[in-house]
Formats: sequence, structure tokens, C-alpha cells
Amino acid sequence: MPHSAARIPVYRGAFGPHEAERLLWRAGFGPKRGQGRALARKGLDGAVKSLIAPGRGRMVGPKPRDDKGRPLAPRDAWGHDHLWWLDRMVRSNRPLVERMTLVWHDWFATSNEGVGSQTLMLRQNALFRHHWLGSFEHLLLAVTKDPAMLIWLSGTENTKWSPNENYGRELMELFTLGAGRGYTERDVREQARALTGFRNDWRRSVGPTNFRFDRERHDLGVKRIFGKRGKFDWRDSCRLCLHHRNHPSFFVQKLWSYFIPVAPPHGTQKALEQLYVSRDYAVRPVVEAILKHPLLYNGPRMVKPPIVFAAGLLRASGRGIDTESWTWLCANAGQQLFFPPNVAGWNDDRWLDTASYLARWDIAGRVTRPAVLDSGRDKAPFDADKLVERALRFWGNPSISPKTRRVLLSYTKRAMRTANQDWKRKSYPPLIENSLRHLIAVSPDLQTS
Amino acid sequence: MARCCNEFSRSSLMHTAVAEAASGLPAIEPGMPLPAGTGLDRRSFVLRSAGLALAVYGAGALKLPLFEEGVLEAASAAPSQPVLVSLFLDGGADSLSLLAPVGDPEYRRLRPKLALPDSGLAFTEDPRLRWHPSAGSLRTLHLEGKLTVVPTVGYTDADQSHFTSRHYWEVGATNAGLRTGWLGRYLDKAGRNDNPLQGLSLDGELSPSIATRKAPVAALRGADQYSFWAPGVWGDVEREMMNTIGPLGRARGYGDRALASLANTATQASRLRTQLSVFTNRGNGSNRFGSPVPYPEHRSAFPQRLAGLAAMLAAGLPLRCVALRAYGMYDTHSEQPEALAAGLKLTSETLLAFQRDLEARGLADRVLTLVWSEFGRRGEENGSLGTDHGAAGVALLMGSRARGQMIGELPNLKTAFDRNGNLKATVDFRSVYSSLLEQWFDFDAAAVIPRARSYRRLQLVR
Repeated sequence: MPHSAARIPVYRGAFGPHEAERLLWRAGFGPKRGQGRALARKGLDGAVKSLIAPGRGRMVGPKPRDDKGRPLAPRDAWGHDHLWWLDRMVRSNRPLVERMTLVWHDWFATSNEGVGSQTLMLRQNALFRHHWLGSFEHLLLAVTKDPAMLIWLSGTENTKWSPNENYGRELMELFTLGAGRGYTERDVREQARALTGFRNDWRRSVGPTNFRFDRERHDLGVKRIFGKRGKFDWRDSCRLCLHHRNHPSFFVQKLWSYFIPVAPPHGTQKALEQLYVSRDYAVRPVVEAILKHPLLYNGPRMVKPPIVFAAGLLRASGRGIDTESWTWLCANAGQQLFFPPNVAGWNDDRWLDTASYLARWDIAGRVTRPAVLDSGRDKAPFDADKLVERALRFWGNPSISPKTRRVLLSYTKRAMRTANQDWKRKSYPPLIENSLRHLIAVSPDLQTS
Repeated sequence: MARCCNEFSRSSLMHTAVAEAASGLPAIEPGMPLPAGTGLDRRSFVLRSAGLALAVYGAGALKLPLFEEGVLEAASAAPSQPVLVSLFLDGGADSLSLLAPVGDPEYRRLRPKLALPDSGLAFTEDPRLRWHPSAGSLRTLHLEGKLTVVPTVGYTDADQSHFTSRHYWEVGATNAGLRTGWLGRYLDKAGRNDNPLQGLSLDGELSPSIATRKAPVAALRGADQYSFWAPGVWGDVEREMMNTIGPLGRARGYGDRALASLANTATQASRLRTQLSVFTNRGNGSNRFGSPVPYPEHRSAFPQRLAGLAAMLAAGLPLRCVALRAYGMYDTHSEQPEALAAGLKLTSETLLAFQRDLEARGLADRVLTLVWSEFGRRGEENGSLGTDHGAAGVALLMGSRARGQMIGELPNLKTAFDRNGNLKATVDFRSVYSSLLEQWFDFDAAAVIPRARSYRRLQLVR
């Protein structure tokens, strides 16, 4: 193990179902029934290894379908792109692959609002999935010439005759260095020149097509970027950013923030930077170290992104994609896949407001709905403890804090006290169990991880 | 995406995240007393919200928890409180089309294809100008003295990025780093720590203009869009369940940012649900708010958002600053005639209906509506039946207490433009904000608008 990795602290506390569940939420979309306990048995090293080096990909569970029971049409039907990916989050046996794909979607945030082609968005999505824990250099080069990105940030409008700064600016500000960290407006203009030359055609039946590099459009002259002079092209443009002294710190900080909500301690930050550079910009060792860091297990909680919340509830309840409603429900909650709010991606500090809280409530209700107990037909015990236990079982017995359990129990007792007649004592328990399933899903324990 | 520019689509998407404008959903101050566990039920809300009924039954008889008394106080003060509605024309509305200088020969030279014919809708304060044919409702309001027009409003060295310029307007300063809205800062200073309705976004996402540092504010999709529904739950159980939203959200305390954010949001959501419960389950009928006047019937949610707003005010809800987007796409790089006409028509007709509604409900003296856009458009039309980003734009102030007289002017077109061919501002938007804060809210503008003293005051309110 290289020297730098040795200096990064590793979590040495108990690794039980609680810790395993947190790992599954941060590095995936939460546990399916029993997965928390199963992962805990592997211990921390085994658990992280199973995530970063999973076996062959498999989809487990019912196949996705639309409201009419038909297969999805992710390239064509509005919102089906969202459903198609949500289904992978719910069913894939390689959760970190999908989670890293989501990280890159947010990092290189491209919206179909500007691209206007689900086909190109899905192609970009495949690119992110392919590079999930690979080399950031390869990923950056691939994204730079990715058709969806070329449309989104005006790459194919960037010619030697009229340079367009859109991609060059975001390449530094959002993708590799951070705003104002070691580049000038002149660097932006010169980057734009280096990035000239991409073009595409337009065919009526297909839309934008035949994306390619055209030397005729590329500015062959000498550019001056970060104080270096050369006849730079788009590959140089990417590598200059990658080799910039401020890139490793940007990379580590940003990657870390997807998994742990407080900044890494200085020593850890430095060691992760060294690890990243010494391994030729490989993502895997950095993610591995983050997933084993003590702060992931004993640090503060994170609000689950809406898509993680929704996918997690579906996984926990064993339900597949059987309605198109997930697209608008997740959009209401602030996260429609393939439509990040802007090129800076989603703002993870701001998932919750009164409107998105209601949307998350609706998501929870939508998950519980097909299985609701009928007050006339179904029976449930007139016993507060048992009702809470039964409702927790619906979600695969997630760990719940004693405080939350107390609130649920006192609610249950209050609801039971309203049953002041015989018929109510019979018909209310199923209602209470329904309500408890819903409340558990919106509790702090399940909305954060 | 054909009609508007790429940057616009980017900036219009920005709202969801509200991204750069605010530092976070307002937290309720730690240590503040929280309700012991119950919100108000529907009955007590109806009592509370209707001032008369409350007088009959008396607040004491309700035995409201201390905390709810705070909301009660906010509500009982509401009938006298002024309300400001901020209505945003998204994309940079073309002021030279809203009030077309058909009497200025230069106009036809600049706009060979787009120049509007003389609509016959004279603007009484400037004989050169005609209202856009789709803006007849605005003319009606203006003739009644209820509409103030600011034909060239903006700031010097206007930024032509949608996002940046809009941000400046939202935060009330040409400062890219400011993260609270101008109305949000007013609420932080003059608002309460227990009333999320005091700052209300009606677009379903927090508007940066009302983004606060600490005072609670709320986002809705409309007055009747805040019902919490639980499948397979009804009656007594449903009522108890809904009363548990707040306590459950706070179950794990405020120990870290995520838990605090959840606790605060659940608390506000629960309170908002109670405050708005009279509006739920009203169906989709064209008059679900019992509006005394008809609103335009349209597939857009916009007319019913304003209808719901009037109903919320009539119900005595403690609203102070309200923000929403107008109907329409104003970033008219191409197909300007169709896009602009559609947007102006529904927006103007809805504004007139809103004003009539407020008048019928006896609320018109309490409400002012500020209509604004992030910039105007280039004087000269482009080659694709559209106009590109400009500088100064138009603002309107509607209400029975709006002074109704033009502020600033549209100079002779020979001298009206800067060297880039964009209209120069004759009024700074911060003059409008500072004057509104002082004249409408009776509040010290210097506490809200940076360097407020340097902006000329305008007589906006009568």
C-alpha cells in the first residue's frame, strides 16, 4: 500500500447492521430486505470490497413497466429516461456503479432541457457508468467530446472564427479546478481556442448527429494557458487542467462531499490528494478510502437526495417500477434525472423546503399505496408496540433511533385512544398500521442517512 | 429551445435550486419554543383565520399552545398589514413592445419587421406610445390610475446574462455574492420567527427574492396545493397522523445540519398545512376559490395562483411578501410576435382580474404588485423575428394605492440607447425597492438595500 493511503484513517468501530445500512445509503440506494445484516457479516473491508469490486451486473426483481403495463421506452417517451435509470437504482446488484453514475451526472451536470435528445443523454449516461471508478483523466477526455455535453455547453458552436467560452469556463470552474482557483479570464479565452474544432450535422429524422472533430474549424495557433505556451488542442486543454496544482484538492473535496457532509480533516485531504495523483488519477482508491473513513460512520447525517430516497423506499418494500408517476413525483421533490437544475448540478444543501417536503411525503405514500390494509377486510392487533413492529417490517426492519420510536409509539397510543367504540377498535388498527408505514418513511431516520 | 437562448434555459432551470441566491432554507432559531405536539385542527384554523368568528369565540377558549398564539397574533395583525406581490416576467421582456413608440420615426427603422401597428390603445402620459394590442387590461388599470409605469428601469452597465441580471434584481444589489433576497432581508428584520406564510413563493420552489437568512418562509404550487394525503388512512387516525408530522420531524432534534433541516422543514410544513387546510379538496373547478370575479380560463396554473392568493388574503392568512412568475416566455430571440402576445395577454388579463377580485373583497388597499423583468431587449431587432438581450426594461406597479403616474421616461429614441444599442435606464431598480420599503412597508430601506441612501426616492404610493 502506498505511503499516502497508510496515513488515511480507517473506521475501526463496530460494523453492525446500522453501519452497513449507512454504507448502503451513502454508496448506493439503501438496503433491500435483509441486506444490511448480510453486509454487516462481511465486516468493513469485505463490505467495501463488495461495493467497489462487485461481480457481474444483474437486475434483480420485477421488470419495469409503464402505467399500461408496457415496457419502458427510455429513448422516446417523456419521463421514461428517468424511470429507466430509477429502475437500475432499484434493481441493480451493483449499487455503487449506479451511485457513481449519479455522481458523474451531477459533476458534469448536463440537462436534457438544453440537449433535447434522450438518446444522447442515455449515451452520456452509459459513458458515466463505464468510467464509474476508473481514471478521471479518461472520464474527462470522454466527457469533453461527448455529444450531449458538446450541445449543452456549446462545444460544437466553438470555432476558430468565433470561439465560444462556455465549455472552457465550466471545465475549469465546475469540473476540475473550482471558481477562481488559479485561472484568469485570459485562460478562459485561450481554453476556448484550444477546444475549438468539434462539429456535428443535423438530420431532420435524427436531430443532431455525426459528431466529430474537424481540423478546419480548430484554431491551430499558439495558445497561452496557465502560463504555458503551445499549440494546444482539446486533449491538452483537459490535461492542463488535470495537471494544474489546484486540481487534486478540488477533486478530493468534491468527491468527498458526495459521501460525507463535512469537509475532510486536513491530513486526510492531503493524503487523499497524494493517493489520487500517485495512482494516475484513478477514482477507485479514493472512493475506497472515503468509504472506509471513520467520518462516514460516526460523522453527521446527510439528507438523502430525492432519487435516493425514492429508490431506497422501493428497494426496502420490494416494489419495482410499475407506474410513470415516479418521474413527476421526483421532479416535485427537486430531482428529475437527466434534468439537473443547471451546469453546477443539484444543490445538496437544499433538498428540503415546504414544497419538496410535501413531495417526499407523496413519494412515501405512493410506495405504500398498493399494499394498504383494508379496514374492513384486514386485521391488525390493538397493541401499540406490535403495530409499530409490523409497520417497521414493511420496510425490512430499518434501524430506528429510540427517540423516533418513542414518537411513533406515543402517536400510536393517541390514535388508539380515539377508538372509543367497538367498531373503531376493530377497524382502526389497520388504518394505524397504514399510517405508521407512511410516517416511518418520512421520519428523520429514513429521510436522512 | 428554438426561441430562447441557451443561457436562458440554463438560468430558468436555476430556480429549482434557487441555487446561488440563498444560503439555505431558513432555520427556526434554536431555543425557540416549539409546539408541544399538536397543530391546530381545521376548525380552530377557520376560527382563527376569520377575524369575526375569532372575536365571537375568543382566542382564550381555544387553549392554543403558546407557540400557536404567535401565529394567531400574526394572523390577527394581518388585516392591516400591507402585502407586496413580486411578479417576474421571466426572460427579459421587451419594453419597446409593451409600450411601443409608434410615434417615433426611429422605431420603425430599428424594428422593420417587428414594429407594432398603432393599436389605438393610447398611453395617456406619453403621446408617442401605444399599449401592445394584447395589453388592453393594463391600459384599463392605467386609465383608472391603478398602474404606475416605469418605462426604462435598470442599472448602469447592465449585465446581459439572464442569471446574473436576475440575481441582481432578486437580491436588490449588483452583487453576485449576496445570498439573501431583498424581500428576504426585509423579512429577516421585520418578520416573525413563527410564520412561514410571511414570505410565500407560489411557483412550488423558493423564490430567491424572498430567500431569508433565518425567518421561515414557504413555497407552494398554489393555495389549494398543500394537502397531505395518506393512502388507507382516514377519520380520527388521519387527524392524529397529520398532527404527528411536526413532532416526528423533530424526533431526533437539531443535532446536525441534516436533522435540523428536516426538523425545521417538517415544522414549517405542518404549520403551513394547517394554515392552508381551508383551501384543500376544492377540486379543479374554474372557481374553486370562490372568487367574486371571473379569472381567465387557461391551462396554465397562473390565473388560479393569483385567484388563490386573493382567497388566502381574504381568509386572513398572515402573508406579507409573495413571489411568483408571470405566465409567458419573454426571452424572445425569435418568434417574438406570437410568444410576446400570448404572455402579455394572459398576464395582463389575470392582473386585472386579481385587482378586481381584491376590490370586490375589500382588500385592494392592502396589496401592491410589482411586475419586473431581468432586463429589456436590444433596440434593433435581430434577423430572426426576435430581439436579443438588452439593458433597461420595464417595471409596473399595480394597486389601488399605486400612485399611477409614470416614473422616469422613454427618451427620444435618437438618444435613448447606449453604445451597444440598448436602452439606458432612467430609473434605478434600487430606487424602486428603497421607495417601496419606505412608503409601503414603512421600513428603513438602508437596513435592507446596500447603499440605499444613494438612490433617488420616487413617489410610488398614495
